Order: sequence, then structure tokens, then C-alpha cells
Amino acid sequence: MTDAGSAALALALEHITCTFAARAGAKGGHGGRYTAVEDTTLAVGPGEFVSVVGPTGCGKSTLLNVAAGLLAPSSGKVAVFGEPLAGVNRRAGYMFQADALMPWRSALANVMAGLEFRGTARDAATAQARDWLARVGLAGFEQRYPHQLSGGMKKRVALAQMLILDPPLLLMDEPFSALDVQTRQLMENELLELWSANRKSVLFITHDLEEAISLSDRVIVLSAGPATRPIGEFAIDLPRPRDVAEIRMLPRFVELHGSIWHAMKAEVLKGYAQSRQA
Amino acid sequence: MRKAGKPDPRGRLALYHALLLAALFALWYGLTTPGLVSEEFAKNTAFFFGRPVQVLKVTWEWFASGKIYPHLGITLLETLLAFVVGSVLGLGVGLWLALAHTASVLADPYIKAMNAMPRVILAPIFAVWFGLGIVSKVALGVTLVFFIVFFNVYQGVKEVSPTVLANARMLGASRRQLLRHLYLPSATSWVFSSLHTSVGMAFVGAVVGEYLGSAKGVGYLILQAEGVFDINSVFAGILVLTACALLLDVIVTRVEARLLVWRPKTAETEVP
Repeated sequence: MTDAGSAALALALEHITCTFAARAGAKGGHGGRYTAVEDTTLAVGPGEFVSVVGPTGCGKSTLLNVAAGLLAPSSGKVAVFGEPLAGVNRRAGYMFQADALMPWRSALANVMAGLEFRGTARDAATAQARDWLARVGLAGFEQRYPHQLSGGMKKRVALAQMLILDPPLLLMDEPFSALDVQTRQLMENELLELWSANRKSVLFITHDLEEAISLSDRVIVLSAGPATRPIGEFAIDLPRPRDVAEIRMLPRFVELHGSIWHAMKAEVLKGYAQSRQA
Repeated sequence: MRKAGKPDPRGRLALYHALLLAALFALWYGLTTPGLVSEEFAKNTAFFFGRPVQVLKVTWEWFASGKIYPHLGITLLETLLAFVVGSVLGLGVGLWLALAHTASVLADPYIKAMNAMPRVILAPIFAVWFGLGIVSKVALGVTLVFFIVFFNVYQGVKEVSPTVLANARMLGASRRQLLRHLYLPSATSWVFSSLHTSVGMAFVGAVVGEYLGSAKGVGYLILQAEGVFDINSVFAGILVLTACALLLDVIVTRVEARLLVWRPKTAETEVP
């Protein structure tokens, strides 16, 4: 963090530990308990794009749910813009890995849901939702229901649904992992464009190292679960604006990829061995 | 909507349906009218099954003289009331129990017991409590409809995807808003998909209630006819009830299609 002193951190997780009652036969269960995340300290500065990478099943989503206030950590502190977090994080927008749109609402009604919950007047909310749908390239699809949209379109609706509330902190949980490679790169570029227009703080979870490097200012590597903790941190000094498809060709990208992968490799193999055992 | 595959031979299918019906009537006619079968046999079968021409004649007379309308009106009114009251109660109690953990654990064995009980046997008790008028029939219909709606609502609430729920919370929905914008739509979608069964059950409640003791209604007509071995009128009553049930079913299908537009249909193709 370069300007950590000048402004409060957008998100600060301090010594977070999350222990669950273990499911029967769950890996890493010791005495009926399962520690997903152990003693994790992590921060996102204002306007900073931070990615967290780690092997599958390492508790990345747990960490994000803690930041969102959907899950209370067993121990540790969460601060959002300098204030301790209690309950759902009102200053964060959350983009889920799975489909999170309300299937009984049209695209437009889904996008305006957040404004509706906050009591914005209907006309204003509708106008804003139309505007946002257009911004994510879905003008003309207002009345479609989620089941009538493709996977990529649903993600766009979810993006608009989150951004319409203008949250200063974005939490994204492998939002594009279900998309095909081409759609994914398009979405990544669009995300970068929207992000650079009005720099929000982003905590982006992914298992895809290339995605992490091409989007972020900083990449944090997590160890394999159980008892996940950060094991490495890399500043990504690639120039912006970036094109996620082209940036992959830069020698510096390859270099960064090499060093991060080197840090990750052992953990990935560990995670793989564990999943084979289970 | 464009559909892949063979065009639906709708006209031809309707023709086959009609032919099958005509064949059944012909069989019925043949077995109950002297000619193809012996006079003795025809007399016996006619005693048990009535004669189709007679049945149709009775039905026609009911409608021509207008005698059936007040009875039919009562039966349909009972059906409607039982359906509405049962659905509202089922929705309310279902939402409450699905969201209040303690209450649901407490009520669970009783709900199971009441659902397992053949509730038609409540009809005599309702007759004692509410008299022979419309209320006792509605009460019986309500007990039948309630459980269908209740279980569907319960399921609907439990089926709300945790991701959608978490998303709504992140978007700032309060507890009330979650109920209104999440649980209720999910629950009602399940209720709508059980409309066919619950409307049918409301109808059953009305007719059975009438049959067990009443002064009006199609069930009452059947009971009266049965008392004097007027088998043709019994069958005419059954015919009218079947037609009504079919009509209700068609209406429900229409309503359902309107209310559940957001539901994915299998193999739905894009409409440009």
C-alpha cells in the first residue's frame, strides 16, 4: 500500500480465522471442527484492484463472505473504510460466482432491485436501471427474464445490478468462471473499463492466475486449505489501461506469471493431493 | 414461439379424442340397449349404468329448464371459497412456519398427522358445527386445499437459492423486503404450479360435502337421484361435474401461463 496512511483502507481484514463444525468425513476435520481460514490479514486500499488466487477449495469464498458481512469470523477484525463491520457490509457490492438473479424478475427489475430496497422512487429507479443496462450492453433486453438470457448476459445484468448502487468496494467471487474464454475476456475488459471510469476498491477472487494478473494492481496467493492463509503478495506493475487479451503477450506479464506460479505451484499440488484423498 | 421437430397435428389429435369419446358412448349404448345384446342383459346393465340417451336427455332438461343453475352455482361458489380461503391460509401458515424455526419444529408432528388423516371424514363433524349450508362444504374444501398449498409454500421457501438470498441481502433488502420480494414470489410460484391439484381438491370438498348432507348443489342432486334409483340422473350429475372440472382446469392452465411467464420452459427457443 502506497497511500495507506493518507486515507482509510477500503477493506482491512485482521487476523481472520473461520472455523466450522465439520461435516462428516470432511477433509481437515480435527475433533469435529474444520478451519477454513486461519489468521489471515489482508487489505485493499482505496481505488485498488486486488486479486486473491489460490487452489480450489482453499476458503477464498469464505474470506469474501467475511468481507461482505454475510459470515461472521470466528476471530479477527474486519474494518471497512476505517469502521468496524457489523452485519451486512452496506458499502460493498457483491458479485457471486453462481447465478444470483431473481428468476421472477425481468432484467430491468433485477437491476433496479437494490434501488427499490433502498426506497428510491420508482421512476428514477427505472430510468437509472435502463441506463445501467445500456452501459453493460443490454439495451433492448429490459423485459427478458433471466432464463431467457445467455450466461454472459446474466453476468452483465449482475454487474449492472451491483454497480447501480455505486458501492465504493466491490467483492467479486470468481464472477466469470462459468463463462467461455472469449466471453470472459470481453467481460474482463468491460469490468476494467467500468472500474477505471470511477476507481472503486475491488477484491477479486479467482483461481485463474492469468485473470488475476491481467486485472489487478496486486495479487495475493493463498495456501491450500484447510487453515488457508496468504503466502505471497505480488505487485502487478503492468501499465494501464490494459487489454486482457493483449497484455498476456507482454514479457513482464510472463515474468510475473512465472514468479507467482512458482509460489503457487506447491500449494496447488497440495490441494490436488488432498482432493484425491477425500 | 417457434418449435423444433414435427408440427403438432393438433386438428387430427382432437379428431381422435372425439372419436374415442364417441366410441365409448357407442359401447355404453350398445351394452344397455336391446338389439346387440339380449333384452334381459340390457335391462340389467341399464339399471347399473343408465342409458346414454337418457342421461343426455336429463342433462339437456336440467339446462333447458334452468333447474341445474342454482345447484351448479352453489357448487362452484363453494369451490371458489374453499380454494381462496384454503390458499390464503396455506400461504400464510406456510410462510410463517417455513421462516420461524421454533414454531415449525413444534408444529411438525401435528402437521404430519393432520396431513396423513383422511380429512373427508371431517365432513360429518363440519355438518354438525356449521350446519347443512354452504359453510360446512367450504370448510371441508379448505382442509383439503390448505395442505397442498401449505406444503408447496413450505417447499418454495426452502428452495430459495442461498445465493439469490445472499445477493438480495447485499443489495440492501431488509427482513420485510426479503419476505415480500424473495420468499413470497418463490412460494407463490410453487403454489401456482399446484393450482391444478388445489382447485381440483376444492371441487372435491364441495361435492363430497354436498353428497353427505345438503339442500342444494350438484352433489345434492346426485344424492337425491340415487335415493330413488334414478341412475340416469346420477350419471347426468357426474357428466356435469366432469365438464365443470375440465372447464376449471382449462381456466387454471390459462391463469398459470400468465402468472409464470418467468419460468423456463423446456426447449424454449429464442423469440427474436
